[in-house]
Amino acid sequence: MIERALKGSPKYWGWVIFLLAIISVGFLCYLYQLKNGLGITGMSRDISWGVYIAQFTYFVGVAAGAVMLVIPKYLHHYQKYAKIVVFGEFIAIAAVTMCLLFIVVDIGQPMRMLNVLLHPTPHSMLFYDMIVLNGYLAINIIVGYNTLLADRKGLPCPGWVKPFIYLSIPWAISIHTVTAFLYAGVPGRHLWLTAVMAPRFLASAFAAGPSLLIMLLLFVQKVSKFKVDPEAIQSVAKTVCYAMIVNMFLMFMEFFTAYYSHIPGHIAPLEYLFFGLHGHDSLVGFMRFSMVAGFLGIFVLLVPALRRSNKWLVLGVASVFLATLIDKGVGLVIGGFIPNPFETITEYSATFPEIMIAISIWAVGALVLTVLYKVALSVREEQQIA
Amino acid sequence: MSMDRREFLKAAGLSAVAGLGAKGAFDLFMPGDVDASEHGGHSGHGHGHGDEAEAGPKIRLAMAIDVLQLKDHSKVDKIKAACDNAHNIPHWDSKDDEVKWIWEDEYEHVFPDTHNEYLADEVRELPFLLMCNHCDDPPCARVCPVEATFKRPDGIVAQDYHRCIGCRFCMAACPYGSRSFNWFDPRIPLRAEGRKLNPRFPTRMRGVVEKCNFCVERLAEGKQPACVEACPDVMIFGNLADPNSEIRKVLRKRVSLRRKLELGTKPSVFYLV
Repeated sequence: MIERALKGSPKYWGWVIFLLAIISVGFLCYLYQLKNGLGITGMSRDISWGVYIAQFTYFVGVAAGAVMLVIPKYLHHYQKYAKIVVFGEFIAIAAVTMCLLFIVVDIGQPMRMLNVLLHPTPHSMLFYDMIVLNGYLAINIIVGYNTLLADRKGLPCPGWVKPFIYLSIPWAISIHTVTAFLYAGVPGRHLWLTAVMAPRFLASAFAAGPSLLIMLLLFVQKVSKFKVDPEAIQSVAKTVCYAMIVNMFLMFMEFFTAYYSHIPGHIAPLEYLFFGLHGHDSLVGFMRFSMVAGFLGIFVLLVPALRRSNKWLVLGVASVFLATLIDKGVGLVIGGFIPNPFETITEYSATFPEIMIAISIWAVGALVLTVLYKVALSVREEQQIA
Repeated sequence: MSMDRREFLKAAGLSAVAGLGAKGAFDLFMPGDVDASEHGGHSGHGHGHGDEAEAGPKIRLAMAIDVLQLKDHSKVDKIKAACDNAHNIPHWDSKDDEVKWIWEDEYEHVFPDTHNEYLADEVRELPFLLMCNHCDDPPCARVCPVEATFKRPDGIVAQDYHRCIGCRFCMAACPYGSRSFNWFDPRIPLRAEGRKLNPRFPTRMRGVVEKCNFCVERLAEGKQPACVEACPDVMIFGNLADPNSEIRKVLRKRVSLRRKLELGTKPSVFYLV
């Protein structure tokens, strides 16, 4: 089945070559980092995690978002999702691949990476993160591939795959919960030490993942003969809207607790992110944009007349995707380090090679997704002809 | 090899302490209690038995820093230099790349949670020496995915530079900013002209985390930590679990502060004011 990825139009190959070109530039930057050390990034003694870990966190969420299609389809037999659920699972595969790569490029001694297996350490949350992420990747490969294979043959999904499908539901919740625990369980980082971290992670994940899916589905309809039921897309859009409302609500909880309690430690990182602290405000523009985009996305997706127009729909889901990308994929991690344990401020800005490496991991994700979507689309097109 | 590195470190640590006890050079613990000290375990969870001296480990190494003595700033420099020379600590120009084991800062930054704008001028201006707190319940050891950082039975929070994968989770978890990462190859600044190296302590490689180790390598030889040797009137090192140790005596007499006690990490570094 996978061989279908080898037959494509010149445009398809052009896109693949474009991605490979970006990947090779990023790979060269990675070799440069490997040779000189992580000092070539914008990270520092005070901001010891940067864009790599932030993006890792974000894409764990995007991966978990697939469950928003799996639950309606397999637990509620919502058949409108029958044709598109595999596209959600393939997003999960691409996103988890990106997550693993973001971890690899972030660690200082990548050749010692397997120490995590050699010295399993159950009191470290990273130990569980390793298990749940690799497990989620495996589950989605098993489920995605086998359901698509069965579809192609016109057969029902084989019985042995069913337990994996049901397992994927709590597993998706687990990947983002454990990722939240990486942050929520450390003392002394005010922005992170919050019990709503995991719930907020899940809410933003269930907004971000399905947003990306809608954009991709609208795009593949244009470049292939595969037609998606508009009602299915509308249902996904409603999911995005509700999830984003919960996300923004939980963010408001953070603001209330910090600002009403007046506890300086709780206020400081929010102050830094959204208003600037002691003259340091390099993220204020981004965070405010994220806030505005979040509200705009909710508004567009909430009003039925707007949501039903594809142009508005794209604006709505793109806003939600960007809003969560900035909020979780930048602000959350950097904000946790500001102010530092001495209540002083060191700011962070990513360097060129660091950004190139991150972009090339996006390109790897896009390449994995392209190949998987090519296969899925060719199967769907065959079905439609038949 | 029949003994892995961790076993070796544990054994070396215990024999070091035993050696000290036998020599009587140090008031660390009562001879014959080596095995008893093991039951505290080196688990990263560290259930923190420190409160009840009877139930707790027989050795818990700690440092008391007489901050009032540091009015004479030359002592700060002397202590820092002693640590630098003992551990081949690289010096980087950029603050971002810094590797620090022991350094000074003001009260306001050392105790930000008890910030007091009406603090006595004298205290406000004192240089407080910062170092790893060797917490009784160390968050860094709890989060490390490979047990490259771990708590030894004697209370030292050790770092295995050969196992560390450089994920920097410990740096995010440490509420004291005590940990440094080798963003670049630390041997580059060590090659600078005029830099004296200690051939008895390994230099590190890039991509690993490091911090104060309470001079575990010197304890193993029956010596005091380098900072204690440099300024014994400022740095008082000893066994917190022994009520008759010098450090316990001074803590009974003087007012002491510990950093961020509300986090429950139980730091082993005390500031005498």
